[in-house]
Amino acid sequence: MRLNGKNALVTGGSRGIGRAICIRLAAMGAHVYINYVSNPDAARETQKVIIAAGGTADILAFNVSDATEAQDAIKQLIKDAGSLDILVNNAGITRDGLIARMKEEDWDAVIDTNLKGSFVCAKAAARSMMKKRWGRIVNISSVIGFAGNAGQVNYASAKAGMQGLTKSMAREFAARNITVNAVAPGYIVTDMTRDLSEDIQDKIKAQIPLASLGNPEDIAGAVAYLVSDDGAYVTGNTIHVNGGMYM
Amino acid sequence: MAIEQQMVDIIVEQLSVDKDKVVPAASFVDDLGADSLDLVELIMAMEEEFDVEIPDEEAEQITTVQNAIDYVNNLK
Repeated sequence: MRLNGKNALVTGGSRGIGRAICIRLAAMGAHVYINYVSNPDAARETQKVIIAAGGTADILAFNVSDATEAQDAIKQLIKDAGSLDILVNNAGITRDGLIARMKEEDWDAVIDTNLKGSFVCAKAAARSMMKKRWGRIVNISSVIGFAGNAGQVNYASAKAGMQGLTKSMAREFAARNITVNAVAPGYIVTDMTRDLSEDIQDKIKAQIPLASLGNPEDIAGAVAYLVSDDGAYVTGNTIHVNGGMYM
Repeated sequence: MAIEQQMVDIIVEQLSVDKDKVVPAASFVDDLGADSLDLVELIMAMEEEFDVEIPDEEAEQITTVQNAIDYVNNLK
């Protein structure tokens, strides 16, 4: 499972699940581009961890919800690096609230970052992959996109939308040897879930057959499989990594 | 390099076809076996090579080798 000579971009790669994916892909030999938008210190810390382990990584700041900014950054990356072989659409935000009280901005912000951002980055990255007749795109979805969740109509819609994006891109790009898959995490220990109260965390655990929250590394392992040669015959599919909470 | 020659090179590379098949009257789809994704890639390669942006409506009109050559010639 080696990725030597491959360039990988992980959006939202500075923290949480994205950070674990960056570290894993770098450990497999890929040169990793750590994208972030709000926390340069976290991106530098992730880069340090990768370099200390003998890997290589660059930091790339851009906002995936800004189509022009994202496209320009990826174009420049391809120009500088020669190719972009692996894209992990991981950048995501939440703006939770019951639909009766949800503001239009909260809906738009989540759709723009989670769903449109994935489209924009995939479109820009695919150009290089089509040329090379090799590519891997992995969209980080969510169990919420499948099961739904009260208070997260925006997040659930964006993540469910990513499934349609995944399957349609898989069909479009199959002839160019580009696979497109999704990984759907359940509840994972990150900044996003750390804010949840202990009471809510206990309720969540009660729904999980494996009875604990997952770790970012559990998601990174699924991504590693999909981008490696072992996963070469898998496309248009979703790996659910959720401790059994949704089957 | 003449535009004709540049265009033939792009088509040969993008569609993986023999050079002698790339005659002016050749249709990308009917004669050179291009599918819809090939056409998109061909247009993107033309945009890159000649540093232009080809709008979708105009790209749809480019169906033969001669169309492509004419399109680029008309840019001048």
